[in-house]
Amino acid sequence: MKSSKHAKGFWLSIVLAVIFSIVMQFLISGGTLNPFYVNTLFSIGINIILAVSLHLIIGITGQFSIGHAGFLAVGAYMSAIVTMKLALPFPVAILAAGMAAAVAGLVIGIPTLRLRGDYLAIATLGFGEIMRIVFLNIDYVGGASGMTVTHLTTWPWVIACVLMTIIVIVNFTNSTHGRACLSIRENEIAADAMGINTTYYKVMAFVIGAFFAGVAGALHAHNFYIIQPGNFGFLKSFDILILVVIGGLGSMSGSVFAAILLTIISTYLSNYPELRMVIYSLVLVVMMLFRPQGLMGTKEITAFLKMGKSAKGGSHDDGKHTTA
Amino acid sequence: MFPIPIFRDWEFIPISNGGSAFMEQLIQQLVNGISLGSIYALIALGYTMVYGIVKLINFAHGDVFMVGAFIGFYSITVFHLGFFPALLISMAACAIFGVLIERIAYKPLRNATRIAALITAIGVSLFIEYGTIYIRGAQPEAYPNGIVPLKSIEILGVKISGQSLLILAVSIFLMILLQFIVHKTKIGKAMRAVSHDQDAAKLMGINVNNTISATFAIGSALAGAAGVVFGMYYTKIEPLMGIIPGLKAFVAAVLGGIGILPGAMAGGLLLGVIEALVSAAGFSLWRDGVAFVVLILILIFRPAGLFGKNVREKV
Repeated sequence: MKSSKHAKGFWLSIVLAVIFSIVMQFLISGGTLNPFYVNTLFSIGINIILAVSLHLIIGITGQFSIGHAGFLAVGAYMSAIVTMKLALPFPVAILAAGMAAAVAGLVIGIPTLRLRGDYLAIATLGFGEIMRIVFLNIDYVGGASGMTVTHLTTWPWVIACVLMTIIVIVNFTNSTHGRACLSIRENEIAADAMGINTTYYKVMAFVIGAFFAGVAGALHAHNFYIIQPGNFGFLKSFDILILVVIGGLGSMSGSVFAAILLTIISTYLSNYPELRMVIYSLVLVVMMLFRPQGLMGTKEITAFLKMGKSAKGGSHDDGKHTTA
Repeated sequence: MFPIPIFRDWEFIPISNGGSAFMEQLIQQLVNGISLGSIYALIALGYTMVYGIVKLINFAHGDVFMVGAFIGFYSITVFHLGFFPALLISMAACAIFGVLIERIAYKPLRNATRIAALITAIGVSLFIEYGTIYIRGAQPEAYPNGIVPLKSIEILGVKISGQSLLILAVSIFLMILLQFIVHKTKIGKAMRAVSHDQDAAKLMGINVNNTISATFAIGSALAGAAGVVFGMYYTKIEPLMGIIPGLKAFVAAVLGGIGILPGAMAGGLLLGVIEALVSAAGFSLWRDGVAFVVLILILIFRPAGLFGKNVREKV
């Protein structure tokens, strides 16, 4: 009974999403949306993928990673090599980007995920910086001047990747593995005592998150014509982090909303980049002081929809605290 | 796959000329490394003190360093002060600035989760960086040359610039002063007590809030001094200059064992020397990456740092 209801909601949202994407496709190909809006739409899509993939690592598993731009960079460069140097089609590039980032996630995750809290944050930050410096020093991918990439990102690819990311991560969260990850977030020592292989699940969440960051990297590279190591520094990681934090650590719909909202705001503030960063950082500090759980806390949008019907919520808590 | 860049440092070293030129180059690089390392050590001390007392990675520390460099710059160019008055003004201003940051942003979060405090620290750091850019623009400034008329001296046939020696002297003096403050004064005793056990310190009648503020003040003053010294040595300062030295100083603090003062000094010097040696070996483009490789290696193999003791976790 319950599971069929669950499945009904799931298929309903898929159908809605497909209808939405077809309508958007007609609006884009019909020329109703001008290129500026189309570009904003693509940025929103890419940011949603990044936010949701980081949400899996920080929000669900509670591992504070601030080197997400490193995976974005791996994906972007890998996809650019596949399409520009090897002249293979775009879908192969997307997949290769995801795989390369996942491998990077595995390589960096196995040693560093034994660390906790602050140390993990710093190690992932260091990883992001190392990635930037590696790409800066490889002449094959253009060094500091970067690499030019043809524009291959189209709306069907963006929306397909966004939906794929959301579906995989929602289903992962609701699976046994997802519950294991949640238990690590709530209390790692207790989870360990309950017989959960914490390192295994942390690495798993990390690799899945890295995979989708790599996919986002492929879309990013083929949307902006040029990729440079400087675009993937600490600030980019921070841009992704703020989406997850403002949306609410532990809330996927929160991350999606924050990605949409902040991408639109930053598009309008793009003429004033310093002001944008001043506002972002102020929002971050004020948010931590007055509402540390973020806009949505750990609640999902569905919790608000059925608020009147029943007040039960397995994984929902009072939303008064942040994760980790 | 990896073509060699056209310019490499080692191409200019005439190794075939005999070992002496190479040795000279090496010693020269070591001296550079120690000067740079002592700057890292000064910044790392602030990180390690703050971490030791409130268990917070103060990401804004690198930006206090930047603010210190700018205050020093303006005191020299606008108020025509000498090096030492500028150094003192910068240290005093940074101490006040550090306490302000602590009181406004970190104090309300003292009982919040670690992650909230960490995010706040990142936010404060970006706010200082972009606030500075918003106020004065992103253009770099050049520190005036010859503020301190020092001649370079020759030791073992190697020319050592007076500025390197001055940096070393200033850093060593400040580190000795810090050791004196921490181990011989009342506030130092309070700091050690609070970092050992905050609740017990409170029960013993120690004013924890003031002690934490004092820690921030001392750490920030050291960062301000590092900023002035850095500006004098590298001449170029800009609003985002604090990020990389700040991160590397944190690496230095972790390398020595976070929360341990001699560890931060040793870690800073060691990191400076490692970077200089990497440059000398011809990989100068990679030297920014080396610090982070060192970080990840130390975190994997000896997470407590070189001087640290392994603490077992308690449930």
